[in-house]
Formats: sequence, structure tokens, C-alpha cells
Amino acid sequence: MAGADSRELKLEENQVAGNGLLDRRLFLKKGLQFGAITTLASTSSLAASESATPAKVEPDKLPWMHTPGKPFSIYGSPSSFEDNVVRYPSPNELVAGNGVSWTPLHLMEGSIIPNGLHYERHHNGVPQIDPKKHRLLIHGLVKKDLSFSIDDLLRYPMQSKICFIECGGNSNAGWNKQPAQAEAGYFNGMVSGSEWTGVPLSVLLDEVGLRKKAKWIIAEGADAFAMQMSIPIEKALDDAFLALYQNGERIRPENGYPLRLIVPGWEGVLNVKWLRRLKVTNRPVMARNETSKYTELQPSGKARMFTFLIEAKSLITSPSAHMLLKTPGLYQLTGLAWSGRGKISQVDVSADGGKTWAEAELQEPVLDRALTRFRLPWHWDGSPAVLLSRAVDETGYVQPDRNTLVKERGRKGFFHYNAITRWNVDTDGFVSHVYKKDESAKDTSDISIDSDWD
Amino acid sequence: MNQQKILLISALIATGISPALAESPQGPGLGSNVTPEEIAQWDISVFPDGEGLPEGEGTVKEGEVLYQQQCMVCHGENGLGATADQLAGAQMSLDSEYPEQTIGSYWPYATTVFDVIRRSMPMTNPGSLSNEQTYAVTAYLLFLNNLISKDDKMDATSLPKVKMPNEDGFINIYEEEK
Repeated sequence: MAGADSRELKLEENQVAGNGLLDRRLFLKKGLQFGAITTLASTSSLAASESATPAKVEPDKLPWMHTPGKPFSIYGSPSSFEDNVVRYPSPNELVAGNGVSWTPLHLMEGSIIPNGLHYERHHNGVPQIDPKKHRLLIHGLVKKDLSFSIDDLLRYPMQSKICFIECGGNSNAGWNKQPAQAEAGYFNGMVSGSEWTGVPLSVLLDEVGLRKKAKWIIAEGADAFAMQMSIPIEKALDDAFLALYQNGERIRPENGYPLRLIVPGWEGVLNVKWLRRLKVTNRPVMARNETSKYTELQPSGKARMFTFLIEAKSLITSPSAHMLLKTPGLYQLTGLAWSGRGKISQVDVSADGGKTWAEAELQEPVLDRALTRFRLPWHWDGSPAVLLSRAVDETGYVQPDRNTLVKERGRKGFFHYNAITRWNVDTDGFVSHVYKKDESAKDTSDISIDSDWD
Repeated sequence: MNQQKILLISALIATGISPALAESPQGPGLGSNVTPEEIAQWDISVFPDGEGLPEGEGTVKEGEVLYQQQCMVCHGENGLGATADQLAGAQMSLDSEYPEQTIGSYWPYATTVFDVIRRSMPMTNPGSLSNEQTYAVTAYLLFLNNLISKDDKMDATSLPKVKMPNEDGFINIYEEEK
């Protein structure tokens, strides 16, 4: 099947890097057929793996062609056969609304995350805000303190931007001594991409009138944590905006309904949900979440602070950990890349652990600070392989390998892990997460740090 | 670009308005005025220099009782941590293999303790502590970290004066990379 097809491709002529990576232009070839990948993930997807052996179809006996279908729905939901494509919540033991839920990136395609699967990070649950009782107050170093209702804001000129939001703590298991063995999205899926629509913050700051000493803005949410973060005024005036809509509908409660601050390319915690107040100041407030958390302890004992920018990162989402390649043959490597500095300019892929690389095809349109889908055909000959992806953005920044990152930052920073992820494919076709040999510690005493979400 | 738009831009350049500026959207000015009294009800941010701290005071002893009733279930006895963060009792230094990041060893400003308790704690009933109780719990936590003595009390004057050992332990990356 897949094997026969790849023979027709004359593999040697099309190979562009070691261990079977093929020319990305092969996607244009008619009739390219990829091998089946089974997701061995937990829960209900076992049924899906059984269906990899094609079920017998009797065309005259399909019930959905002989009985009327379901009536119209006022709001659609996914097929019941896709009930394994869900977020993975990881809440605090005693406070159910404190923690995160991960986006199942490994089960998804394209570059827009549907609203119901956008990752979540809440500090004390999802407030159920009545928009009639919600106000945005802008005050402080301004000429005129003003309050806005949601109805007011809905009458302002709007803009849309497709961009990613990534939690500063995404992929934090990468700092652990041992490679995490969860599905790719369930330890890298605190990143999601949406089209956000709302009012440029600069428009409202123009209306209140900034005083000369204005240097920072403190943004605060109306949740039970009243989470606040300080943001430099330059960013607020540059491209920050107040989103009312996500992917065409009003933002959902778990993503900030009725109003969310979007600061494109900067870490998720600054994209304050349930926004209720913007205080213009001459200095940061030194909130709990910009001092004791979201700062990165370095080996020197000093900590990095105000690390707002999300550096370039990429991840192969398929094949990825816990998947099984059924037979040797032709496969489609695919994944996502993003950078807080701008557009992704290139994603390189390796199938031999980083010895040789090939350039992946980027899905157009490639957008500024947005999730960018990449793909590359790969012929797996059945021998061991180590799959890597490496993003480069338009500023020339290159995603680091884990050794480089750990050497520079140590392993206690918790936040801003953006190193290359390595997927090992064994001779059975089973995919697991590995570090480079010299990246693994000899001892296994280190406890996991990936649940520290208070 | 159509001729009309070219004419418009030429006109704007002639009047000294740059096209970029002219194209940035103008708001309809729908905000409502707010009085200082109203702002005071909203503004709960506390700064390292003490700006935003309310009247009132609280003692270590009062704070100890409150801590045991309302905080210990998550933060553990003596602030040593449980399902929630360790807040005190750091033994391992920040540059060690297993650093302990507590209020005393890591937090740069004492005012942040008051701020986060008042706005967020206890998680089951945030906003339920009075300003006096918030000062008291803050005082107890600072005492647990050996930053104040058992007979001290905290208020808007004394709290910002508490010197935190790790105040200079941070590198402002935003400023460095600007």
C-alpha cells in the first residue's frame, strides 16, 4: 500500500535529507498516499485504532441513508465519533478552578483552534459574567478617567487579528530531567490560535488622554483571583487590543467573556481575561504574577523578570508521542510553528536526530505572530528514526536545541521553554518523547515539576 | 489605489497630516466620567512604595490565628506548603539544585503579599478578609520568614519598609532587550 506507492516515487531521487525526508514539492504530485498512523492515546480513541482495519461497508444497509437525519441544531457540536478530541484539564487538587487545560494539538490539523478546544489557564475558575454588569475602567495617569460598558465598546471601530496565545508555562515539562511521556498536546498544548476581533487599545488611550509620565498599564481581570499584570505603555499603544469576539463569535467565558486584552506575541498571562480595569502608571505594580510567578530562576540564583516575548518554537504534532506507524512507507510529517517576534520564515525538519535537515512546506498564508502549519513527506523504512522540527522567524531567530537552552538557563526557570522536541520512532513504529543522549540525566530522582500551577 | 484615494492622501500630505495617522481609527467617545470616589472602589492595586495600601493594621498574633483557620489547609503548617505554594521556611538557596522560592527567599516586595491576599485569598472566599485581617495575615507570613518580629504589626507605613532579601535578585529582561 503505502510502501508500493512510495516505491513509485523513486525515493532516492526525491530524498532531501537523511533517513527518508522527501522534497516538500512532492505534495504537488498527484496521488500521494500516506501510511496510517494510529493514536494509542488513552480513553475512547482505542475504538479509532481498531477502525484502522477498514470496517466492512454495505452501501445498501447504511442506516443514515434509510432513516431521516437529526433536525437542525441551534448550535453545532462535533461528531460523537470524535469524542476523544478534547482538552486535558490539570486542576489543583483542592481548588478545581485553579490550573490549566491543554489543547489536543496532536489530534488537530490546520492553524485555527476551535473555541471549545482553546487552551485554558485560570487562577480561580471561570467567572460567569453578566455583560450588563461589567465595566472597563481606565484611570490613573490620564487626563480623563473613563468607564465603558460592553455596549459602548461594541460601538467602537474594530479590527481583527489572527494570532497565537501561548502560556509562558507551556512545555514546562521540558525542564524535567526525564522526557515527559504524554501526548504532544497534553504537555505542549498551552498554545492556541484564533482570530480575535475588538477595539484597538490605542483608540481608548487616545480618548482618556495619556499624561507625560505614563509608562505602564496595569490590566486587571474580574475573576475571583482579580488577576493583574503590568504591561509597558509602548506595547499598549503599538498593537494591543480589547477583544470582544473570538473566531467570529463572542468570546467564551473560559477565554475571557465579555472582554479580553490581547497583546500579540507576548506571553498568555498578559492577555488578561475578563478585563475590568486598566490603570495607567509610571511603574509596574509588582504583582504576584510578575514577581513570585512568571519569573525564571537561573542557575546563578538571579531570576529573569518581565520576559514578555514568546520566542520562536515549533512542534511536530503528527507523528508524535503515543502514536503508532502501522507499516513502513510514506508518511506526512506535520506540525505547528510560531514566534512572538513576527512571521515564521522557515521550519526545518530532521528524521535522523538532527544530523541532516530538510525545509518543510509552510501552509499559506503565513501570518504575523500566528500559528503556522508545516508539512513534509517522509519515507519511513522501518528502522529507528528521531524526528525534530526547528523554527526560524523573520528576525533570523532560530529555535534552540534543549542542550543550548538548558545550558543557558538551567532547569529551574519553569517558564519560556521553547527548545526543539524530539520524537523517537522505534522499529515497531511506536513514537515516544526522547532527549538527546547527553541531555538525559543519569539519575531519575528528579520529581516532575509540570504540575506546579498555583 | 483609486484616484479619489490618491487625491485624499495628497491633500493630507499638503496639510501636514501623515496618511498613517489619518488612517488610525478615531473612537466615538462613549466613555462615562468617573469620580475619584468611584475609582477608589475599583482600585485595589498596591505598589512597592505603599501606594494603594488602605488604613488599618494587623498583628502577627492575629494573623497566626487567621492563617490556621483559613490558609493552612492549602499552604501547610508554618507556610511550608501543601497543595498550594510553600510560603516560608526555605532551607535550600536559590542557586542550589533544589531551590525553595518562598516569600522570604524569593519575593522582591512585601507589599505584594498584602495585594495578593486582599484580591485573591482565601481561594474559597476571596475578598472576605477585612483590611485589618489582611494586614494581620501579611504580618504573620513575614514573621514566618524571619522578616519581622513576633510583636510587630503591619500597616500602610510599616509594610513598605520591610526590606526583602531578594529585592535585587531579578533581571529586567524587557529593559535589557529593548
